[in-house]
Amino acid sequence: MSKDNNKDKSTRRDFLTTVTATVGAVGVGAGVLPIISQMNPDSSVKALASIEVDISNIQEGKEITVLWRGKPVFIKRRTKEEVQKAEQVSMKDLMDPQEDKDRVKKSEWLVVVGVCTHLGCVPNGGVGGKGDYNGWFCPCHGSHYDTSGRIRKGPAPTNLEVPKYEFVSNNKIKIG
Amino acid sequence: MSSEKPNQEYKPVHTNKVGGSPFTGVTGWIDNRLPIIRMFKHEYLDFQVPKSLSYFWSFGGILTVCLILLIVTGLSLGMHYKPDAKYAFDSVEKIMRDVNFGWLIRYAHMNLASFFFIAVYLHIFRGLYYGSYKEPRQLMWLIGIVIFFLMMATAFLGYTLPWGQMSYWGATVITNLFSAIPLVGESVVTWLWGDYSVGDAALNRFYVLHWLIAFLIVGVVAFHVIALHIVGSNNPSGIEPKDTRDTVSFSPFTTSKDLVGMLVFLLIFVAVMMYAPNYLGHPDNYIPANPLVTPAHIVPEWYFLPFYAILRSVPDKLMGVIAMVSSIAILGLLPWLDFSKVRSSVFRPIWKQCVFLFVLDFFVLMYIGAAPAEGIYLVIGRIGTVFWFAFFLILAPLVSLIEKPLPMPGSIHEFEEWKKQGKIKTIKLFNN
Repeated sequence: MSKDNNKDKSTRRDFLTTVTATVGAVGVGAGVLPIISQMNPDSSVKALASIEVDISNIQEGKEITVLWRGKPVFIKRRTKEEVQKAEQVSMKDLMDPQEDKDRVKKSEWLVVVGVCTHLGCVPNGGVGGKGDYNGWFCPCHGSHYDTSGRIRKGPAPTNLEVPKYEFVSNNKIKIG
Repeated sequence: MSSEKPNQEYKPVHTNKVGGSPFTGVTGWIDNRLPIIRMFKHEYLDFQVPKSLSYFWSFGGILTVCLILLIVTGLSLGMHYKPDAKYAFDSVEKIMRDVNFGWLIRYAHMNLASFFFIAVYLHIFRGLYYGSYKEPRQLMWLIGIVIFFLMMATAFLGYTLPWGQMSYWGATVITNLFSAIPLVGESVVTWLWGDYSVGDAALNRFYVLHWLIAFLIVGVVAFHVIALHIVGSNNPSGIEPKDTRDTVSFSPFTTSKDLVGMLVFLLIFVAVMMYAPNYLGHPDNYIPANPLVTPAHIVPEWYFLPFYAILRSVPDKLMGVIAMVSSIAILGLLPWLDFSKVRSSVFRPIWKQCVFLFVLDFFVLMYIGAAPAEGIYLVIGRIGTVFWFAFFLILAPLVSLIEKPLPMPGSIHEFEEWKKQGKIKTIKLFNN
């Protein structure tokens, strides 16, 4: 065989190699996808993604904690002073600026996921609030949240998350 | 056909002919076909090591034994443990109360994990002090850092399995470290959990990964040892052996010395396991996991405290995580940041002080990691963190430049002579 012949053949071989490698890569990718995807939340977990909560028994100033998607959700019936405090804060003083009215559906009711946005601990709250801003205080790494659940001081990067929720009636909310 | 000439290019795949074993009989028959017996003889019986090795060189062997014991006790526990959020806590209590010797096996596994870290920290200190990371042992050092990361991963995963309060909240905090990754962080965490919080799905996979990583460690340790047998052991003098006056055979000299070190180590381990089995743990882990209540003082296991302190001393979430990971990864740069030609701190008066300060910093950060993240603790934590990085990035190159090493002996046997004459000082406790 001459060298020229080899050269001619190599282009054909190159083509076959590229096609084989491409098909192979797609095949491996298709095979890996289910292996990666199986680790994501399964259908039974997603099916439990919403809950309804009766809020008629919560007194002014009190707070309840319910479990939603394995996480605590704080439902707080804020006092007039707490609402006022939350609304009067200047945006300049906030680490993650957000108006109080954008975080609530009815100003009396604050619904937030009770998971510190730093590393996932449950902040302490309760009547009168905790921490320097009378909202919540995370015991793990010292993040302070105000009466609107906004981060004011400490390592947490963002405000307490407001879950997707709606008032089904005056006494009932649906989270998720 | 037979008319064709045999291809001259052909080389048989089996270039090693059957034979060549120094053994006879059944041993020789096996060794001629699977040469692991001669390999063992070559690497463990005839292998020459520097004769100046001190007890600081026992920790490699001690760690190997710890790893084997961890796997044996882990295998036993795995026969009774149930990786299910409903049953995990109770199955551990069942191991403690009902399973034959379950209490002993669990306490052994728990405390061995701690002692594994004690040994590995001493092992790393040995490397730092005697310059074991320098040419030609850089790759060994890097492989060692990989092992350390894997150890931390599997220790963390193992700690989540009893599904107590510390397990649960430790798992929550550590997995949330991944949420600091920009853009995809939240999705990555959900993927790791298989849920929207740490729960049953996470526990099940943590159990599988705890096993997987344990065996990965065995594999990487094999690389560590293979690399060691190529470059040979460093020694307290930091001088390479030149002739047989500098060396002894691995067996019986090193084996018997390692055995003494190992027995002392295991004696302390057994004393702790028997008389204070929960001293190194946290009592809150005997409270079943509760996703609604975070314990007031959540602290990681003692061996993570210095790195936890570094995480907390940075006020930004992403930067904190980066600082924590880099604080370990930066060890990998040391062979290039410290370019002094002298290995052993015995002959490096300034670097020696730096290494001791670094050890002090390690303990200070360990204390800070367990203290609340506020006030004076935060300040000390930040100073400690700055020193940690300065040790590598500033002190190592600077000392390499300005330090004048002490006069050095020409060989290991001369080093031993100098030691006898009191000309040089080594660390007293592990002098021999």
